[in-house]
Amino acid sequence: MSAPQRTAPFTVVLGAIGALRSAIFPAVAIAFSGIGGDGRFLIAIGVGVAAAVIGTAMSYVGWRRLTYHVGEQDIRVESGVLSRTARSVPYERIQDVSIEAKPLPRLFGLVAVKLETGAGAGEDLALRYLTAAQGEALRQLVRERRDEEQPASGSTDPAAAGTFDVEASEVLYALTPRRLVTFGLFEFSLAVFAVLGGMLQYVDNVTSLDVRDIDLWRSWLREEGAAVATIGLYAQAAGAVVGLIGLTTIGVATGVVRTVLRDWGFTLTRSARGFRRQRGLLTRTDVAMPAHRVQGLVVGTGLVRYRFGWQSLSFVSLAQDAGGESHMVAPFARRDEIGQIAAAAGFRLPGDATPWHRASKRQRTDKMILDAAIFVIPTIAMAIFLPFGLFLIPVGLAVLAVGVNLYGWEFRRHAIDDAQVYASHGFLSPTQEIATRLKLHSVEIAQGPIARWRGYATVHLGLAGGQFAMHGVPIDEARALRSAVLETIAATDYSRLDVPFGAPLADGEDRAPSDQALSEAQPGFSPNFLAT
Amino acid sequence: MDHAPALRPATPPIEEAAELTKLHPNYAHALRVRTTLTAIPFLVAALVAELALRDKALLPTGIVAGTVLLIAIVLIVRIPARRYGARGYQMSADRLRAVRGLLFRSDTVVPFGRVQHIDVDQGPLERFFGIATLTLHTAGNHNASVALPGLGEELAREMRETIRAHIRRETM
Repeated sequence: MSAPQRTAPFTVVLGAIGALRSAIFPAVAIAFSGIGGDGRFLIAIGVGVAAAVIGTAMSYVGWRRLTYHVGEQDIRVESGVLSRTARSVPYERIQDVSIEAKPLPRLFGLVAVKLETGAGAGEDLALRYLTAAQGEALRQLVRERRDEEQPASGSTDPAAAGTFDVEASEVLYALTPRRLVTFGLFEFSLAVFAVLGGMLQYVDNVTSLDVRDIDLWRSWLREEGAAVATIGLYAQAAGAVVGLIGLTTIGVATGVVRTVLRDWGFTLTRSARGFRRQRGLLTRTDVAMPAHRVQGLVVGTGLVRYRFGWQSLSFVSLAQDAGGESHMVAPFARRDEIGQIAAAAGFRLPGDATPWHRASKRQRTDKMILDAAIFVIPTIAMAIFLPFGLFLIPVGLAVLAVGVNLYGWEFRRHAIDDAQVYASHGFLSPTQEIATRLKLHSVEIAQGPIARWRGYATVHLGLAGGQFAMHGVPIDEARALRSAVLETIAATDYSRLDVPFGAPLADGEDRAPSDQALSEAQPGFSPNFLAT
Repeated sequence: MDHAPALRPATPPIEEAAELTKLHPNYAHALRVRTTLTAIPFLVAALVAELALRDKALLPTGIVAGTVLLIAIVLIVRIPARRYGARGYQMSADRLRAVRGLLFRSDTVVPFGRVQHIDVDQGPLERFFGIATLTLHTAGNHNASVALPGLGEELAREMRETIRAHIRRETM
């Protein structure tokens, strides 16, 4: 275990395939361009072969020169052909371990293991590629070593003190294929057109066909337009309807396909130590997150799906997830399911008992006026310079802005209870943020000139790995809120935040498993540790 | 038990109404010098424009350079004093409050228990005026670093030691 190891030898083959793949397009481009006259196909093949050979050689040398070392305290990776890099990641700083199997490596039974420490953006240490068994073993090891760092003593639940065991975990949430398709229906997307646009751009680059040549399109339009003009008004209307239906179908189909590819077999499991999420049809990912690293929750939803009672849940933590800031743990779920997952992470969802406070009405008025005011200048300009009637468009938009603001105010709320802070915002559907009072890092009351004049403020709470803001809070309330939150924060030092379950706490504080038994000094401690 | 109504007006250890501690007076001077340095390129550009437009006789002489000069003088003479007046801080046993902003007010409190590391910075200008910037870094994404500029050099170091001592005591 202590000797430096190499990644799986098959990595070289994958590197070679990658090189070949990136050589194909230049080769094709050369074959179809004017370079080299008759011999251009030979040149193209030559370029392709050269790229493949160089790529394979590079990939081999890179593989030879990359070693990883699983030590007592850290994992070290040494890499680099000419300039060497040695990176060391201590076990206790690892936020989460994810195992990703992209389609091609998956065919060969290989996975990429990524270790996240939460420093900066992106992954902090990645091993490409290990065999699936090696990857699982490494993950297991990281987990055990990390637990050794903070020995579990006097744990009330002997089973919980054991190592991470897949069998011992319970499935919290899973997406059935049927629900997955329903989910896909709400993921309407016209991204396929963006892809088409990109391909067009590529065609533009490698062929002599200039897609930006307006004459080309105009002549095409004239021909087609003439054809359309001859078929009569009803046929034109029918054509437009068919076009719209086609567009909708494509959008919905894209949504379903993308969702199925991404979230096929989505399972969230809860074990003694943390959460584990598996998903993906072609690219399979497997992420493990320690429960005590969850800093906050975000309950999101969409314009349409909210009306059907569907919401999503993400965990805010220092680690990042596939470009997103937080880990999506339930992309499409009912409120009660989300409540269960939240409870497993030691959070409570806001309920009837939550003392919601609305945003200041003055803020609503001001925002409404400001948003509508944007359209004043266009309205005047259009009324003067354009044919009569057109200025009604910006007027309509202004009315829309007012309406949206009036409606959005319904969702703009904030609350604080003995353990958590809540914020909700959104225009047509609410996004709720939940954070533990204890795990906040700073409190800021920010006011612009209008807010100061009208007596409200935005309260920004420093949350590790995410944002948390309450908008339009009346200033007195903001101050009271701040001092209440600060009371909680200042009572416990940062170094005691991440103490996992079973580790001895200072001050001999006992953690009773009930919200009613919170200690005065550390409100908010219990709920987030109940399940940890 | 913390079961009182949620937003009870607790008696905060930091009195909101209490006077903020003012920054070092040299901070206003440093701001002035900085504004002057920033204004110089604009003044030069205005002079060039003035010279270029003089031949065309489109505008009365001095209107471009004059306006820019006037704005610069207001920015240099008036604004730094007001910015200095708007800034302040308050340090209690376990937290630091930093207030800043003329138009956009910001009032931030950082508990020492959440400070990850502390910087004391001095640029050339600040060194000349004998002041320093104290920066507290937290783990939160918002306010990842809270800077408090314009402290006396000695004071900044003292504050750093105080905060450090507090962190140490808590961790032990």
